[in-house]
Amino acid sequence: MKQMDIDWKPLMLVPLLAVLALPLIGSGSTWLTLTVAGLAMGMIIFIIASGLTLVFGLMDVLNFGHGVFIALGAFVATSVLGAMGDWTGSQELWRNLVAVFPAMLIAMLVAGAVGLVFERVLVRPVYGQHLKQILITMGGMIIGEELIKVIWGPQQIPLPLPEGMRGAVLMGDAAIEKFRLVALVVGLLVFGVLTWTLSRTKIGLLIRAGVQDREMVESLGYQIRRLFIGVFVVGSALAGLGGVMWGMYQQNVIPQMGAQVNVLIFIVIIIGGLGSTGGALIGALLVGLMANYTGFLAPKVALFSNIALMAAVLLWRPQGVYPVASR
Amino acid sequence: MSEPLLALEGVHSNIGAYHILHGVDLIVPRGQLTMLLGRNGAGKTTTLRTIMGLWRASAGRVMFAGNDITAMRTPQIAALNIAYVPETMGIFADLTVKENMLLAARAAKRAGDMDDTRLKWIFSLFPAVEKFWSYPAGKLSGGQKQMLAVARAIVEPRELLIVDEPSKGLAPAIINNMIDAFAELKTSGVTILLVEQNINFARKLGDTVAIMDNGRVVHCGAMQALADDEELQRSLLGLSL
Repeated sequence: MKQMDIDWKPLMLVPLLAVLALPLIGSGSTWLTLTVAGLAMGMIIFIIASGLTLVFGLMDVLNFGHGVFIALGAFVATSVLGAMGDWTGSQELWRNLVAVFPAMLIAMLVAGAVGLVFERVLVRPVYGQHLKQILITMGGMIIGEELIKVIWGPQQIPLPLPEGMRGAVLMGDAAIEKFRLVALVVGLLVFGVLTWTLSRTKIGLLIRAGVQDREMVESLGYQIRRLFIGVFVVGSALAGLGGVMWGMYQQNVIPQMGAQVNVLIFIVIIIGGLGSTGGALIGALLVGLMANYTGFLAPKVALFSNIALMAAVLLWRPQGVYPVASR
Repeated sequence: MSEPLLALEGVHSNIGAYHILHGVDLIVPRGQLTMLLGRNGAGKTTTLRTIMGLWRASAGRVMFAGNDITAMRTPQIAALNIAYVPETMGIFADLTVKENMLLAARAAKRAGDMDDTRLKWIFSLFPAVEKFWSYPAGKLSGGQKQMLAVARAIVEPRELLIVDEPSKGLAPAIINNMIDAFAELKTSGVTILLVEQNINFARKLGDTVAIMDNGRVVHCGAMQALADDEELQRSLLGLSL
């Protein structure tokens, strides 16, 4: 028996996909540009999906309204960054970061607060009823989108990158956009904090235990519903942060952006294994890479490629790459 | 008989459309080990789950230390120092043995906060828990998992320990180890309510016994009296001890 029993096979999928794409793309510099773009996109999707997978794992709640927090975060960022034009217009990176950091923080706070209300009003009455959860959370997202239109208007709003984050750095012949590097760093930070919390703190242990057997966690004397509310709020806040990143990645925001990203998020958490944050990271990176490679190689099949990826993974591991024990 | 720590008074329980418990009356005396026996489907597990609030009693009362706990939620019931080991053991397979124990030690924030003296006592009862301390619980054998489940239940002092079929599926050597551990637990003064199908296990450990059939308790008394009365055994259990 081994103390640490890490399943390495899923970890190899990301480099395997990247290596397989290299001969198809041909040019090394193009491959590097696409790979970094894919990893950055994957990291943003991971930020959004990490909360959702825990919400499902902990309370078996199918939240199809998660996308509304993405859009909300992005729209809040347009307001905050718009009000800090002097800072975002500066060529100095530190001044840009001083503007972006509060935008992220406020977007997370607003998304988290709305998440608290969303859980109380929409999710709590339908615990244990999957069909009603799907219907009511989708309805909640539609209402959220309409409220966003009321506040910010129905039109597309530009979310330009701060001056210091524009442009690219050259690595040989490959041009790597600076913002994609920022997205990679933010994604890794979020993954690091989540991993540390889940593995090194008692609250993290409770979340992991609750994902496996919530009835037993209650039998040990812990209020699983309070834990769930906390996870739901943090998940909503992370979706808000992901929305800021996604908006900056696309450089514009629309009220329907959450619904558009929703499909990708569900593909990611199904690939990863419902309730697994490590699995969500692998799934997000695979989806990000696949979207970028197929977008370059065969744009007409780009939309289908991630569905095909999910089907292939499920044929290999029907419960996702890192299935949670006892589920 | 000593004063009751736990008492069920006319408890009914429904699971969906099914009426499982039909007025269970049960007394668990303080400081004793009460065996709950009965054939499959008699309602033993449902009784334990109803005590823990995992399924609601539709009628009747569950009294603990003189207080009505019928309407309490499971975490509130557990907070009364009632530990429960389900038939499935409830081990968190992705967590290590240490992390499983830490979760049950509600007062401890980290492993170092757990009571060392108590841990050493638990290790003496269940050496496998110490041996595999840093290993994923999901990798343990069935017997080791059962040891961990009971060890986790007693990581802090408890008023009442409720265990559902601890010998189920275990090898005879492990069952003997389990019997020794429960005998030691009895001497520590903890009140125990044990569901068992293993008659030898029940006879060696039980102070009092309750036998269930069709969602009711049909016999209550001293374990020794049942063990000495073959006619009673045949009529209640269809076998002799």
